[in-house]
Amino acid sequence: MGFKNVPMSVAKPSVNKESLFSPELRAEIDKWIAKYPQEWRQSAVMAALMLVQEENGGYLTTDLMDKVAAYLDMAPIAVYEVASFYSMYELKPVGKHKICVCTNVSCMINGSDQIVEYLEKKLGAKLGQSSADGRYTLKEVECLGACGGAPMFQIGNKYYENLTPELIDSILAGLE
Amino acid sequence: MSDDQMVTIQVDGRELKAKAGTLLIEVTDAAGINIPRFCYHKKLSIAANCRMCLVEVAKVPKPLPACATPVNEGMQVYTRSPLALAAQKGTMEFLLINHPLDCPICDQGGECELQDIALGYGNDASRFVEGKRVVPDRDIGPLIATDFTRCIHCTRCVRFGAEIAGIRELGATGRGEHMEIGTYIEKSVDSELSGNIIDICPVGSLTSKPFLYSARAWELVQRKSIAPHDSVGSSLNLHVRRNQVMRVHPRDNEAVNECWISDRDRFSYEGLYSADRLTRPLVKKSGNWVETDWQEALEAVAQGLKRARGTSGNRLGALLSPGATLEEFYLAQKLMRGLGSENIDFRLRQSDFRAEEPAYPWLGQTIAQLDELNAALLIGSNIRKEQPILGHRLRKAALTGAQISFINPLELELNYHATQLVNSPAGMISDLAAVAKALGGYGGLIDSAEVSDVHHRLAEQLRTAERATVLLGNIAVAHPDYALIQGLARIIAGNSGSLLGYLPEAANSVGGRLAGALPGNDGSNAQEMLSNPHKGYLLMGVEPGFDCWNPARAMETLGQAEFVAALSAFRSQSLEQVADVILPIAAFAETSGTYVNAQGEWQSFSGAVAPAGESRPAWKVLRVLGNLLDLPGFDQVSSEEILAEARQVAGDRKPDNSADGGVAYERLLAGVGLTRIGDVPIYALDPLVRRAASLQKTRDAIEASSRINAREAAMAGLADGDKVVVKQDKNSAKLRVVIDPTVPDGCVRIPAGLVGTDTLGGQIGDVTLEKA
Repeated sequence: MGFKNVPMSVAKPSVNKESLFSPELRAEIDKWIAKYPQEWRQSAVMAALMLVQEENGGYLTTDLMDKVAAYLDMAPIAVYEVASFYSMYELKPVGKHKICVCTNVSCMINGSDQIVEYLEKKLGAKLGQSSADGRYTLKEVECLGACGGAPMFQIGNKYYENLTPELIDSILAGLE
Repeated sequence: MSDDQMVTIQVDGRELKAKAGTLLIEVTDAAGINIPRFCYHKKLSIAANCRMCLVEVAKVPKPLPACATPVNEGMQVYTRSPLALAAQKGTMEFLLINHPLDCPICDQGGECELQDIALGYGNDASRFVEGKRVVPDRDIGPLIATDFTRCIHCTRCVRFGAEIAGIRELGATGRGEHMEIGTYIEKSVDSELSGNIIDICPVGSLTSKPFLYSARAWELVQRKSIAPHDSVGSSLNLHVRRNQVMRVHPRDNEAVNECWISDRDRFSYEGLYSADRLTRPLVKKSGNWVETDWQEALEAVAQGLKRARGTSGNRLGALLSPGATLEEFYLAQKLMRGLGSENIDFRLRQSDFRAEEPAYPWLGQTIAQLDELNAALLIGSNIRKEQPILGHRLRKAALTGAQISFINPLELELNYHATQLVNSPAGMISDLAAVAKALGGYGGLIDSAEVSDVHHRLAEQLRTAERATVLLGNIAVAHPDYALIQGLARIIAGNSGSLLGYLPEAANSVGGRLAGALPGNDGSNAQEMLSNPHKGYLLMGVEPGFDCWNPARAMETLGQAEFVAALSAFRSQSLEQVADVILPIAAFAETSGTYVNAQGEWQSFSGAVAPAGESRPAWKVLRVLGNLLDLPGFDQVSSEEILAEARQVAGDRKPDNSADGGVAYERLLAGVGLTRIGDVPIYALDPLVRRAASLQKTRDAIEASSRINAREAAMAGLADGDKVVVKQDKNSAKLRVVIDPTVPDGCVRIPAGLVGTDTLGGQIGDVTLEKA
């Protein structure tokens, strides 16, 4: 949402930014900040959240989001808005492997319902839940743009396409 | 196409002329053509997310949102064509999908934009059979009640926070059907303008908490009024039921408050109905307060004043609240002068009267002109909390590039970028002298000032700006060296080509002068009256423990008087301690009168409700007192008559800030030890707001405390939460220590006007802290 005449940054920039994150993490975030004009450091919020989430074992906490807000001199609520809007950010702890199953039109036509059913049975967890051993989290997502290989899911940075129950077994068996 | 080119468009067959590029909805609004809308608001950015204002435009295949469509030459618009209506009705059906049918128990019912528009565009039955969405309510503070299930996601409140209030507190989290308006975390909405989101919310999602479930919109009668707190004089509509003010809304007045009001103006009405409202005259009989009738009380006052006066009127003094109406001021001073006294004053929070003050001090410009400033220097002002609407105006200027700077003894929490020079009260004088020197000023303490880069920068900002101003705020007025501040401000303004302006403290600080409520020749000013005991005093609307610069001394001096008569709308401990008779007077909304605001505008209003109990408008009380004292000229039958008389006396005086003040004054505040900064918090300004229960629960209603920064605390061996005994002159108070980084070194912030700090001395002065 664009606001009329209103800078995205807060009136009083935060001090002690060094204390917010580790030097390595700050270096990573700073790389993203450098990609945008100086007065638009807030544009790096998505990348910053991604990096912070990764470092925190796959999910964000309010405290971490507040730190990102302070680091980028933006209102905390503006960070909450971003983090709660995109499905790639997790606001609760997730399993080691997050299985993002697409259930949009192309995948649905090609049997994503059965894929979900199979996964739910196999993992003993419903969509949005984690398996009892905390190893897997099952998540329903919107189209990931891989309709040519429907049905599909994403684990980590990788897409897995043309899924069948047998293929799922071997994929999951191959995970660390 | 240039922006100022006029184009002709056709709306529903009507030809309209408008500037090219104007938004269609603005053109139709101006022409009185109604297009339904929820998210559009004239003062906010365009979101175009409610889709209710869809209209048909010829040669465009799809309906377009009128709020986001600029007009073009020859555009043909149909607001009621089958396509437009189908689009509007379709939108309405979607908006109603999740909206609960709880209008009968919703406070917005009867004045709800959704309800109104649903009547025109909604279906009588819903086709939606799926489950409805429910959103839990959140506690966002004592002023605003939430019912987020009713929310239609127009985001007006979110845009208000970012664009008008200047702090983003509410946001839209989640997405799609899971989108929610809220603070996400448990947090209160703390803006001093927050109540306005109640007005702009088109549904019953955000409603007034103090008003909750207390009346229906159609039971209320709307009466015009003027805000009684700060010197903005915002236009109000009071909503009245059965002789009770139920709530307060802003009345559009583009030149003053636009369509906003501060929370103080909106919620202070609660004070009218506080438990210690005074409804019957009180007389002190052998040390006890006894309720009595008017006859006895008035005669007691007349006798008491006569006795105290003896052979010389000079033995009497009058201390009046700066929130009194012009008519009350006028009659009070007439009464005093009739008794032969020139000791009259309303400048209760000023201690330094050495400088010649302008005859008619004012803002120096119109309120709307603040929007267009290029530079401003504010001296001793927390404008955002002292005059919230002026603070909003200044913020508008800042957002369009104005350089705003402050010289203050506290670092302010601002909602825009500004230069803040934070120094001790004594240091403020040095800073001002340095800025004056940088602008070529000379003489007195300016010559010895040390000019640093920041002083040069402030000076340059003012000097190079096309429209610049220097404004004096409430903290400056309370400064023991106010005369020096005025002199330096005059030099800074004069040498930089800036307008000098005053930010008057209260609703009628300007009107008091016009009505002549100031000491005459050889008369005593407020400080003199409160330092040298007089035989008799007349107090009007004053609580000596909270409304005076030095409450301890005020209480002591008044305590020594032979006779103290008070006119007050409230019972008050400090008043009851010193007074002999208390006459109950009408409060805000209960009396007619006139306030003169910061831009010198005379704003008259009538009473909206009858005075509580047996209380009477102060002007009537003063008139009867005049009769009882056999004084001539007290036979007015209406406040209008008094106004006419006051107008004649005021003549055609024009607002004028010129005066011959120089800087040849001795510095009274050395500032060698610890200096107290006794600012008056936003909700401690006057007796009415101090009794507004909901405002007193907000974050801005800070408690009596002793606030120092971490460095000073470490040096004094104090920690947050410790109890300290604060000693000022011969007075003391036991207060809690709060570590506050906004307080400069060598200072302790001990707010004035609060229970707990009313036993202390002057608002700004030397103090010592001792661990209790």
